[in-house]
Amino acid sequence: MTMKLKKIAALLTVCAMGASLAACGSDSASTTAASNNTTKTTAGSTTTAGAEEEETEAKTTEGGAAPAEDLSGSVATGGSTSVEQVIGALSEAFMEEYTDVDITYDPTGSGAGITGAEDGTLDIGLSSRALKDEEKEKGLVETTFALDGIAIVVNSENTVEDLSLEQIKQLATGEITNWSEVGGPDLPVVLIGREAGSGTRDGFESIVDVEDACVYEQELTSTGAVMAAVASNPNAFGYVSLSAVDETVKPVTVDGVAASEETVQDGSYQIQRPFVFVTKEGEELSPQAQAFVDFATGDAAKELIINAGAVPLE
Amino acid sequence: MKVKHIVERVMNAVFFLCGIVSIAAVLLITLYMIIAGLPAIKEIGLFDFLFGTVWQSTAADPKFGILPFIMTSIWGTIGAVIIGVPIGLFTAIFLAKMAPPKVAAVVHPAVELLAGIPSVVYGLIGMMVLVPAIMNIFDLKSGSCLLAAILVLAVMILPGIISVSETALKAVPKEYEEASLGLGATWTETVFKVSVPAAKSGIAAGIVLGVGRAVGEAMAVIMVAGNVANMPGLFKSVRFLTTAIASEMSYAADGSLQRNALFSIGLVLFCFIMIINGVLGLVLKKGEKK
Repeated sequence: MTMKLKKIAALLTVCAMGASLAACGSDSASTTAASNNTTKTTAGSTTTAGAEEEETEAKTTEGGAAPAEDLSGSVATGGSTSVEQVIGALSEAFMEEYTDVDITYDPTGSGAGITGAEDGTLDIGLSSRALKDEEKEKGLVETTFALDGIAIVVNSENTVEDLSLEQIKQLATGEITNWSEVGGPDLPVVLIGREAGSGTRDGFESIVDVEDACVYEQELTSTGAVMAAVASNPNAFGYVSLSAVDETVKPVTVDGVAASEETVQDGSYQIQRPFVFVTKEGEELSPQAQAFVDFATGDAAKELIINAGAVPLE
Repeated sequence: MKVKHIVERVMNAVFFLCGIVSIAAVLLITLYMIIAGLPAIKEIGLFDFLFGTVWQSTAADPKFGILPFIMTSIWGTIGAVIIGVPIGLFTAIFLAKMAPPKVAAVVHPAVELLAGIPSVVYGLIGMMVLVPAIMNIFDLKSGSCLLAAILVLAVMILPGIISVSETALKAVPKEYEEASLGLGATWTETVFKVSVPAAKSGIAAGIVLGVGRAVGEAMAVIMVAGNVANMPGLFKSVRFLTTAIASEMSYAADGSLQRNALFSIGLVLFCFIMIINGVLGLVLKKGEKK
């Protein structure tokens, strides 16, 4: 009876503490995380709070089933949709190891991921492009954890095998309007791309240096739609994540280099971009967020990154 | 007596609450659209927003002109109505007045099924069948164009037009038709000169509903129209008001002008639908007066 009472009392203190902490509007615990998973945030805050008495009592209530390294709580991440698959695989593996940690990912685009990290609504922002100088000036830092190659794909009937970066630029801007000008069949050129704001589009346009100058024939909202459109139109060419390329379309070599894991890693394939964690400079991450970053940049993550279709760092 | 009274009052309140829910929803949406849609219009300028012909929302020097979307939505809807209304109306006449019961028993469920097909399926078929077909028939470099969207929309508005018109035609009093037949008119003459005019307001309501559906459709259109912000042309890749919102919303950063401008497009679209509903109301009222 007394045991039970004690337990209840302990729970109450824990809850109260957690609630007061959450109410204080802590910087690390984002609003999304709070709304998504209040209970877990509460539990996490308690452990990090480190008040000895409560901590020991909390442990007794848990029955001593403490997870590895005692990490718990939530990590709110979000940003580039291109990163979603990779982050999904990484966080799944991470949460298997640390069962008390809850990682959420909100795929809202690189721009939103960076702003989220800046204003603190996200513990870690995810971007599929390197930070711009003005973003670094705002006190943001990037940690590259994977690379992504953007493949240039044409219809499988197209005889073009290789394009130079310059030719791709001219094709995209409408300077070259017929495939015969680059050694292909006598067919008109149709550029199929992604919608404004897409990380892949941003990556392609900035690397090929055709920002806001592309003459699109179609702007589609997913990689799959681009693949389908290119596969069904002999005039088409498009850009997709390296991981999405399959036998329905034909990837071309760029300046003689085929897009592959190796050529992206050694930098010889030019159309590539980094996947980065965006955090605030000088601000310490919560232990669970830091552990996740360490995990994602460690050796164990490499296979997961490959399986998710991206290219790990060397 | 008293208990009865109380039950009556309670039930009244329940019904009233249910009524309030839908009204509140409409009011909230209207209010939200106005609040969310106005800031960008203010920032861009109403004239530049509505009549600007260039939409480059993520360019270094962004431009937010939605005239291409407005014109595309208007032309797309007109095209769908031109193709869809005659087919729909004649189908309704056939079903209500001419079809042998056995044939009607097959056609009627087919039309109902057409209404139940999710719009993404229309889009999928449009993308896989219609778009390549248009590309081959008209020898275009890409088949995703306004024409493809018009054809898909024309099929999508059929069920609405058919079912509303059919109901109106069936409601025409038998005496009218019998009188016409008695005067020596043939059945076809009777249907077109007596039944159809008598059901005029119902048919008009069906057409307006079809227009509403065509203006508001996004999913099917986004899959076949190409979604490039061009001024409309039958064989050009175009973006509708609806697809302009749908295609960019997922990536537009919170609080950015781009996102706000998308809300403003929503407000414009909302105004379009309000106007269409207003017309519908007028049509129905006119019908009642006669």
